[in-house]
Amino acid sequence: MGRRLTLTVFRHNPREASSRPGTRDYVLDETPGMTLFVALGRIRDEQDPGLNFDFVCRAGVCGSCAMLINGRPGLACRTLTAALPERISLFPLPGFELIGDLSVNTGKWMRAMSERLRAWLHDAGDADPDRLEAPMEPATAEAIYELERCIECGCCVAGCGTAQMRPDFVGAVGLNKIARFHLDPRDVRSDADFYEVVGDDSGVFGCMSLLGCQDVCPKGLSLQTQIAWLRRTLARQGW
Amino acid sequence: MKIQQTDVLVIGGGLAGQRTAVATRRRGLDTVILSLVPAKRSHSVAAQGGMQASLGNCAKGAGDNEDVHFEDTVRGSDWGCDQIVARMFCHMAPKAVRELAAWGVAWNRVAKGDREVVINGQKVVISEADAAHGLITARDFGGTKKWRTCHTSDGTGHAMLYAVSDRVIGEGIPVLERQEALALIHDGERCHGAVVRDLITGELSVFLARATVVATGGYGRLWGVSTNALINEGMGAALALETGVARLANMEAVQFHPTAIVPAGILVTEGCRGDGGLLLDADGHRFMPDYEPDKKELASRDVVSRRMAEHMRKGKGVRSPYGDHLWLDITGLGAAHIDRNLREVKDICQYFLGIDPARQPIPVRPTQHYSMGGIRTDYRGQSPWLAGLFACGEAACWDLHGFNRLGGNSVAETVVAGMLIGEYVADFCASPEGDLNFSTALARECLEREQASLAAMAAGRGGEDGVAIRRRMEAILTDSVGLFRNGPALESAVAELADLYRRSQRLAMANHGLDANPQLVQAYRLPRMLKLALTVAMGALARTESRGAHFREDFPARNDRDWLNRSLACWRGGEDLPRLDHEVLDVMFMELPPGFRGYGERNIIDHPHTALRQADVDDFREGETDRHKRQTHMMAFKQYLPVQYRGRNERLDERFS
Repeated sequence: MGRRLTLTVFRHNPREASSRPGTRDYVLDETPGMTLFVALGRIRDEQDPGLNFDFVCRAGVCGSCAMLINGRPGLACRTLTAALPERISLFPLPGFELIGDLSVNTGKWMRAMSERLRAWLHDAGDADPDRLEAPMEPATAEAIYELERCIECGCCVAGCGTAQMRPDFVGAVGLNKIARFHLDPRDVRSDADFYEVVGDDSGVFGCMSLLGCQDVCPKGLSLQTQIAWLRRTLARQGW
Repeated sequence: MKIQQTDVLVIGGGLAGQRTAVATRRRGLDTVILSLVPAKRSHSVAAQGGMQASLGNCAKGAGDNEDVHFEDTVRGSDWGCDQIVARMFCHMAPKAVRELAAWGVAWNRVAKGDREVVINGQKVVISEADAAHGLITARDFGGTKKWRTCHTSDGTGHAMLYAVSDRVIGEGIPVLERQEALALIHDGERCHGAVVRDLITGELSVFLARATVVATGGYGRLWGVSTNALINEGMGAALALETGVARLANMEAVQFHPTAIVPAGILVTEGCRGDGGLLLDADGHRFMPDYEPDKKELASRDVVSRRMAEHMRKGKGVRSPYGDHLWLDITGLGAAHIDRNLREVKDICQYFLGIDPARQPIPVRPTQHYSMGGIRTDYRGQSPWLAGLFACGEAACWDLHGFNRLGGNSVAETVVAGMLIGEYVADFCASPEGDLNFSTALARECLEREQASLAAMAAGRGGEDGVAIRRRMEAILTDSVGLFRNGPALESAVAELADLYRRSQRLAMANHGLDANPQLVQAYRLPRMLKLALTVAMGALARTESRGAHFREDFPARNDRDWLNRSLACWRGGEDLPRLDHEVLDVMFMELPPGFRGYGERNIIDHPHTALRQADVDDFREGETDRHKRQTHMMAFKQYLPVQYRGRNERLDERFS
């Protein structure tokens, strides 16, 4: 006999005047290999067809389903219920606009952050796609990809002390992007250019080094190393 | 009525849609992208193993070029593809990879000197040339003569989607997230945009556009278990079908990937086998060489999937509570290789199976993966029946893949199609045809129709259970329209799907909200999914032959004489079922006339023109030594490309002076 789980789930529709934030309990029998994706899908199919949550890839690569699982930010799709106690609480990710229930608007936040930090590769614009590509050291390519693995799920923002106090803080996700472009020899920007976008308290100097971002990053990115290194590099710009 | 106007409306924020938008924006056109989800969460992100492009940089890719890629693609398609489109694609793929390199994709690079690799279960040392050091490398994939698949570890789709999405942000192109197109606005001849629903507030609005581009991906979620993201429900194709004039093509051409994990159905990349992984049965026996002694695990996907199913039917599968499966064994590649090149695979195995693939085999079986069929377009991406409606990527059938897509050709197709179709869309907008000549009455009529239909659905006065109908549809497709198909099963599938379609229009609703209401979303998507399911099942029933991924047990031969054609489906207003017809693929224009793919026994009913065309082609081949001139004699295609993309591709062995 499997366990009987009780999921306490946050319910609220912010567009409905009569809706009050609260929770609802759902009871269901655990099945082998059950993930929170499977559990929430069954709840919606069998108990509450109006329950809002976001899954897209359900394979841990798209970053849609980040939520607070027993108080800790994580990806619901790849969380096995077997790894959790019988009572499971699910809350929407803090720090983002609530759409409803467990669904939050991370996309809007991420786009605004990318625009503000100009988080795209600023290339020289002279590559001819007919010609052999410019060579790159194999180790450099691998190091860039290492930082590129961020999936913009928002866990680092939810786990960040500074972000709780400063709504304009760009988060580890933003700083990691700057570190990624800084590392890339194809990006023509200088340290001064990067200082321009993250050289203040809403950027790299706002981090309190609590390490929450790195603790909860589902991709295991070296966020604190990147922030520390970026802070040291960009501090020179202020001297 | 809220009306927004733009030059180009792109529906779908994956790689194909976003790359199209960059092209049209750069031509000075106002461009808006609509996306169901934040663009970086699109299904393109899930592509793992890589993108095919004939750069020929690495040692095992030496001698590769467009000609070799073209032949692999046409053979892979079982001669079902459009060879002009295949030529355009193979010519563009190196340019697309190089453009993405300039935009920031951290492609893995060639390291000069010796390295150890696993080929056919054996460790082999290969030596990379000094001249190639730092250029983009490639791995082996199924159905290819060369190592051609460019990659960033096994997160290629992620790296590509992030680079293109970042470029879209850099170009200032708006991406309206959580917006769903509900209907295309058209007058029977010209598409004028779409009625769009905000998935948060439920508000409807009208987007008027000179050109509308559908790039919504495939329809894999019609099957109960699929490697596809949950959003891949084929809604773009359904919108085109519901115009009553635009047509869908080859909807029965559906790919099943050999290696999705059991039971979750999550893909593990073909790169596992490309890098040396083996398929084993319940006895630990490597069975693929018994069936396909030449290509073994690296035969075309359709072939490997069928051989796996055949082997399990013989009782050689591994029993599990979730049905039989086989093993994918990558333990021979070593932990260091897996940590560096197959890290997503490692994560998936760890989180969803609780195993370490460096030490334990992975439970896999063939699972729905890719939709070769889609909205029929010409090589410019435009519907021949509805001007101003374009489609690209997996949502479209301009017909690169025919009846079986090669691994690594899909993400390559997304960006290539975006580069080309973006230009053609811009050309269309610049022409008199592209002028917007529009009546707001038509828009209002369309919007009011959708509004009334949503209100009726939300009221939920019918008694039908939407979840039960959906599960039944999924089961029918899995059981009767899967790897193996036959006439009687397909006939009953069509009959039952038609009944489900009727019932799906009378759903019961527990939640009557018009805003973020997942039950309402299900209610309007389900009848559309069933319409697509009917085009798939009817297409499969009509096609009494076996070609690529479409395998009929009652008609096992590939029948070029009668079926060298493309299925077309149209659903006229007021009718209960779609209508099918077929357009011929003309052998006399083919650069590569139909032949034997080299898998299993030859079982082909030849087309009467094949021998004639083969003689022509042989003459061309003998008479000309320059490969570019020879190709032009056989099947000229460059005139179909935008002028700026007609240049040759430079390679280490084909340097520009």
